[in-house]
Amino acid sequence: MTIANYLVLAAVLFTIGAVGVLVRRNAIVVFMCIELMLNSVNLTLVTFARSTGTLDGQVIAFFVMVVAAAEVVVGLAIIMSIYRTRRSASVDDANLLKY
Amino acid sequence: MDTVPATGLLAASWLLIALPLAGAAVLLLGGKRTDRWGHLLAIGTVVVAFALGVACTLELAGSETTSVGVDLFTFISTGSLDVSAGLLFDPLSAVFVLLITGVGALIHVYSVGYMAHDPSRRRFFAYLNLFVAAMLLLVLGDSFVALYFGWEGVGLASYLLIAFWYTRPAAATAAKKAFIMNRVGDVGLALAVFLMFAQLGTTSYAGVFGSVGLLAGGTVTALGLLLLLGACGKSGQFPLQAWLPDAMEGPTPVSALIHAATMVTAGVYLIARSAPVYDATPTARTVVLVVGAITILIGAVVGCAYDDIKKVLAWSTVSQIGYMFLAVGLGPIGYAAGIAHLLTHGFFKAGLFLGAGSVMHAMDDRTDMRGFGGLAGRMKTTFVTFGLGYLALIGFPFLSGYFTKDAIIEAAFDRGGASGYLLGGIAVLGAGLTAFYMTRLMLMTFFGRARWSTTGPDAVHPHESPAVMTLPMIVLAVGSVAAGFLLVEVFPLVDWLAPVFGEPEEAAHVVPPLVVSVLVTVVVALGVLLAWVVVGRREVPTTAPERVSLPVRAARAGLYADTVNESLLMRPGMWLTRALVWVDNRGVDGLVNGIGAGLGGSSARLGRTQTGFVRSYALGMLGGALLVAGALLAVAAG
Repeated sequence: MTIANYLVLAAVLFTIGAVGVLVRRNAIVVFMCIELMLNSVNLTLVTFARSTGTLDGQVIAFFVMVVAAAEVVVGLAIIMSIYRTRRSASVDDANLLKY
Repeated sequence: MDTVPATGLLAASWLLIALPLAGAAVLLLGGKRTDRWGHLLAIGTVVVAFALGVACTLELAGSETTSVGVDLFTFISTGSLDVSAGLLFDPLSAVFVLLITGVGALIHVYSVGYMAHDPSRRRFFAYLNLFVAAMLLLVLGDSFVALYFGWEGVGLASYLLIAFWYTRPAAATAAKKAFIMNRVGDVGLALAVFLMFAQLGTTSYAGVFGSVGLLAGGTVTALGLLLLLGACGKSGQFPLQAWLPDAMEGPTPVSALIHAATMVTAGVYLIARSAPVYDATPTARTVVLVVGAITILIGAVVGCAYDDIKKVLAWSTVSQIGYMFLAVGLGPIGYAAGIAHLLTHGFFKAGLFLGAGSVMHAMDDRTDMRGFGGLAGRMKTTFVTFGLGYLALIGFPFLSGYFTKDAIIEAAFDRGGASGYLLGGIAVLGAGLTAFYMTRLMLMTFFGRARWSTTGPDAVHPHESPAVMTLPMIVLAVGSVAAGFLLVEVFPLVDWLAPVFGEPEEAAHVVPPLVVSVLVTVVVALGVLLAWVVVGRREVPTTAPERVSLPVRAARAGLYADTVNESLLMRPGMWLTRALVWVDNRGVDGLVNGIGAGLGGSSARLGRTQTGFVRSYALGMLGGALLVAGALLAVAAG
């Protein structure tokens, strides 16, 4: 089992997440795509940690998970609030902050 | 010459300056309340100053010391720069104090009559007092900084008085011209003072003259030339002579006081006072000589062509001050002669100007001599006093001009060699020309057929001026007659000034004095005769002839001094100014404004990318991250 398979999987997951962020309008979906990208990165970190036999990457992966959990709390609260005021969860509708 | 601290009356010599200054302050700040008695206060301050000046001079003459210093206060004290304000009362300043306050008091009295009907007579007297105070500071200061203070003060007073009738465009322009041309000279004087600070670290007369010998030759010459530039500006000498005749736009007493008797002599005072500097630099002294000689001829030639009575007298002043410059440029043999001529000139030229003012008073303020004629019978006092001043000016034997001008001409010949003969010749020629233009002025004003009428639209009724005006004229006429004899024979000015300029050495006469006297008298007689042939014998046209020879045309244009100034200095200056304004507007301002406009414009355009669509921001971030990653990979691979 080479690490290439893990890395390819991580790359595929990251790309799916990135494309999802760019093309989807629903804020919940965009959010989930961001989580997908974060987790692909986590996978990469763990893969390299495993292959080099150090713990650094695994520790960072935990940090990422903690940050992601906090981010989810804040992000979902914002989405809820936007949805309450605008009856829509489309990211394109919330475009008041501009030039 | 040792200066000792003043005691007794001399310690109060600061009152000489303070009195007229206080008069000016009261008159200017007091406003209309002082209208009724303001002129009396002004006269009072100057008369008291004159009395004090006489008392101080007598005390100085009676004491054993020849030079008295009065320390007033520390003016500037910063680090190595230490300037104290003090006064110096020595024979030279005493002579000037008496001239300024004496002639000044007479002219104050005259002005009461001359300005009687002027609504702003109070302002006039305030300015006159201001002028007297500044001039006294100029001659009494014990350092070049104090002198510079008074120098600028008389410049200011002169500006205010020339522009006294400021609603007349000609007067306003003349005042500006005088001020600006004076400024050219003042720059020279200021640079000279800076040079003293830089090279000697002091500006007091004692300090500068004591250490001038330590300076390099070139520095002393530069110092002499810069002082000369200052003197030329104030005294209307070549090449800065063009402002003086225009300054006749001011009231006539101003012309008499400032532009004949006192202020314009400040240049002569400066050069005489700086004698130790010029002793150390023959080059600069020669330049003084040349300037004086050129100015004698310019003033005399131009004076022959003007028809304006005051302007002829003004050009005559230019020419006579040229004589004084020539005298002080000759060195030790000429100083006393120059100062003596300055004093007698102060008398007779002030008298002539006051006479001219009296004539103008009678002729409804007209100044064109072609409209005068036959006034001798109508204004007897004016005619007699003016005539005595005229005789004194042309050097009629045994009147004051004869003694003092002859002394200068003799000194010029005594210089010896070709240059002595050249300078003497110029001085004799100048005397002849002086006789010509002054006789022309006399003939056109007082003799011949009356070219005015008592009827018709231009009717004038010539009458003698009131006593308050004629009295000063009579006093000055007496001075014009007697001053020369008194100063040369009775109380020799040479001996009085000896402590300042050193004992006069007995000059080896190149040409015997008697020969010079006879020569000058003959040339003067020729000038008078020529004037009678050209002007007196014939009818004077009431309008100036149009078709005249080239020299006359040149003289009427003031020998093109204004044209030269305009084409050489003013126009290139304007071009330079315009070019600099263009560079400033387009270059400097353009750069600054361009940077601002560029930043503003680009930020406005970049701001359009803030669309509010979160997904485009995400795309931007992704692109940026990819770029960074690509760059890192490229660096790692390379």
